[in-house]
Amino acid sequence: MKARVTVTLKSGILDPQGKAIEGALKSLGVDGVASVRQGKVFDIELSGADRAKAEAALKDAADKLLANTVIENYRVELL
Amino acid sequence: MKSAVLVFPGINRERDMARALKLASGRDAAMVWHAETALPKGTDLVVVPGGFSYGDYLRCGAIAARSPVMDAVRKFAADGGLVLGVCNGFQILCESGLLPGVLMRNARLKFICKDVHLRVERSDTPFTRGYNAGQVIRVPVAHGEGNYEADEETVQRLEDEGRVLYRYCSADGVVDEASNINGAAHSIAGIVSARGNVLGMMPHPENHVEDIMGCTDGRGLFAGLVAHLEKAA
Repeated sequence: MKARVTVTLKSGILDPQGKAIEGALKSLGVDGVASVRQGKVFDIELSGADRAKAEAALKDAADKLLANTVIENYRVELL
Repeated sequence: MKSAVLVFPGINRERDMARALKLASGRDAAMVWHAETALPKGTDLVVVPGGFSYGDYLRCGAIAARSPVMDAVRKFAADGGLVLGVCNGFQILCESGLLPGVLMRNARLKFICKDVHLRVERSDTPFTRGYNAGQVIRVPVAHGEGNYEADEETVQRLEDEGRVLYRYCSADGVVDEASNINGAAHSIAGIVSARGNVLGMMPHPENHVEDIMGCTDGRGLFAGLVAHLEKAA
């Protein structure tokens, strides 16, 4: 089973990397970019076929390691 | 003072730290590999040194914070043992839950490697008793992610409880925006845990302890720890 965990900064958390990317896009002349927030994507392959178990394991992984919930949110998707 | 210095893959300041500890205490520090599940018997100070544990993968300190030895450190801290984390060590302590908050990318995005001034906010703690309250010391920093942030409530609690021990300041002790090198909340350079036995700080006091280094302002921190532990013994 394939899954994807997306980790993003919580709103209100300063994102200097996103700001730098935003500035670069604007200087490249990419049209209509209002703002950029950057984050991380984890593509994970799971053994087993139980979707509920997989979802629980992914949440556990995100809480324990993939995200720092002080500053980050995460979203778990089974693909 | 029997100190234990933790060693993770990618750490590079552990020998500087061990040298400073030897200088202050006269005893060799034990070097403890991250896969160990126990600290050496009789340890009374655990030091998490600086460097780039696990290449700063995922988030600075995130992977080191989940290594086996950190369970032993958590237990040691819960029993009141003294823990000092410097630079990457501060990041590891935050990631491990021993200290609140997080070290974010420096506000102006640059890696900063230079001497800075710190104001010692109080002198009645094991980590600052070698200084006077309000004293300004000069120590180096070398980090890309040292911008201390926590939610407003947490920062307020740190302030109310007097847990900010070191703050970035100008040479004459003024805390202002210009001296806040990395954009940290309230110019925070170092904080202690609620119980006061775990200190995390971004600057490197261990790199200003000998005349040949051009400055010895970092000595006070280590001398203070030695004095505290001698008194307790």
